[in-house]
Amino acid sequence: MSSALTAAGLGKRYGRKWALRGCTVEIPDGHVVGLVGPNGAGKSTLLNLMVGLLAPSEGSLEVLGRRPAADAEQLGRVGFLAQDAPVYGSMSIADHLRFGAHLNPRWDAGFAQERLDALDLDPKQRAGRLSGGQRAQLALTMALAKRPQLLLLDEPVAALDPLARRDFLATLTSYVAEHGISVVMSSHLLADLERVCDYLLLVSAAQVQLADEVEELLAHHRRISGPRRDLSTLPADQQVIWQSHTERQTTAVIHLEGAIHDPAWQVDELSLEDVVLAYMGGGAQAPPSRPLLGVAR
Amino acid sequence: MIEFHLDSRSGVSPYQQIVQQVRHALRLGLLEPGDQLPTVKDVVASLAINPNTVLKAYRELEHSGLAAGRPGVGTFVTATLSDAPLAAQLPLRRELERWLVKARTAGLDDESIEALFRDSFRSASARDIA
Repeated sequence: MSSALTAAGLGKRYGRKWALRGCTVEIPDGHVVGLVGPNGAGKSTLLNLMVGLLAPSEGSLEVLGRRPAADAEQLGRVGFLAQDAPVYGSMSIADHLRFGAHLNPRWDAGFAQERLDALDLDPKQRAGRLSGGQRAQLALTMALAKRPQLLLLDEPVAALDPLARRDFLATLTSYVAEHGISVVMSSHLLADLERVCDYLLLVSAAQVQLADEVEELLAHHRRISGPRRDLSTLPADQQVIWQSHTERQTTAVIHLEGAIHDPAWQVDELSLEDVVLAYMGGGAQAPPSRPLLGVAR
Repeated sequence: MIEFHLDSRSGVSPYQQIVQQVRHALRLGLLEPGDQLPTVKDVVASLAINPNTVLKAYRELEHSGLAAGRPGVGTFVTATLSDAPLAAQLPLRRELERWLVKARTAGLDDESIEALFRDSFRSASARDIA
């Protein structure tokens, strides 16, 4: 299988500060990748590097097997929707489509028109007068009508109300279902990502902390809690990601290969959000508290 | 045709929720052999979820012999979950109700009963696997 993204020792420096460093990761084609991490962690930098708007300070990067923005063909294969869904306020919707058709050799005018009809948008309307949701849909339509093999989205739904967000994501996932393109999407809305993404890339403190299929991540992480004890006694295949101790109790999020056999632990499955929080150090909150009493022997 | 919905707080993974909803519809007779399940594209468009989630659910239904995919057409129900087990449920339910009365008499509250049930259920399942 070919790769959507291959990075080796990739780094980007602004002045003295590294926005991204030592990024080595390979993401296979055909995934919807959720790109998460705290503000300023390097998410936008990575997306800008992938589309070729920024050049790496060190290391190498290939997108769909080629250097970003290597030539017109490569530019056509990668779609990019920058933060806040930029559109040209004074241009009409019809102008946007004509503009897109001129600039993109593989422009799909039929698709663009179909989308606008479905959205019930008047082609004569100026883009500056659209609602936030409509603007995002116009920008997404533009990005998809160029027929990219890989679509990069920088916090596409952050500013949208819940309904507009749902519509936007439905447009995106329907397109993925039909055309099987790869998507990399940064977002803080983990609940959305849990539905939409099947791959997670976690960037924190300018480093890649985690990159794997969502299903694998969920299968290999558990929250354990039980009587207080030292976690260095855990079996070798269990790695502590996050831990918290009270006088009597120990709670931890661990990465594991096999099963947990120690009956002293209460073991819970985690949501994607819990896993992400554990890696970001924020700590997975305690489970909805339901103390297991009554079973004391 | 049925429509799926997702409960994001249930703790059950989205693909399992789809499987459960099909099984539930089969049990209630809302779906019968020959009925078509919503296409992947339709489910994705209405729920805004990853297409692989739907594919995985349908694959599992195919594996358990409840549905079959026809290339280029869609996925169709091939079996039914008849009401026969329902008859068996009645005496079991009576027994369980008698047990609950006993548990309450012994002084267990709702949470303790639930915990006891879950714990017994888990260790019984663990024994089955072992």
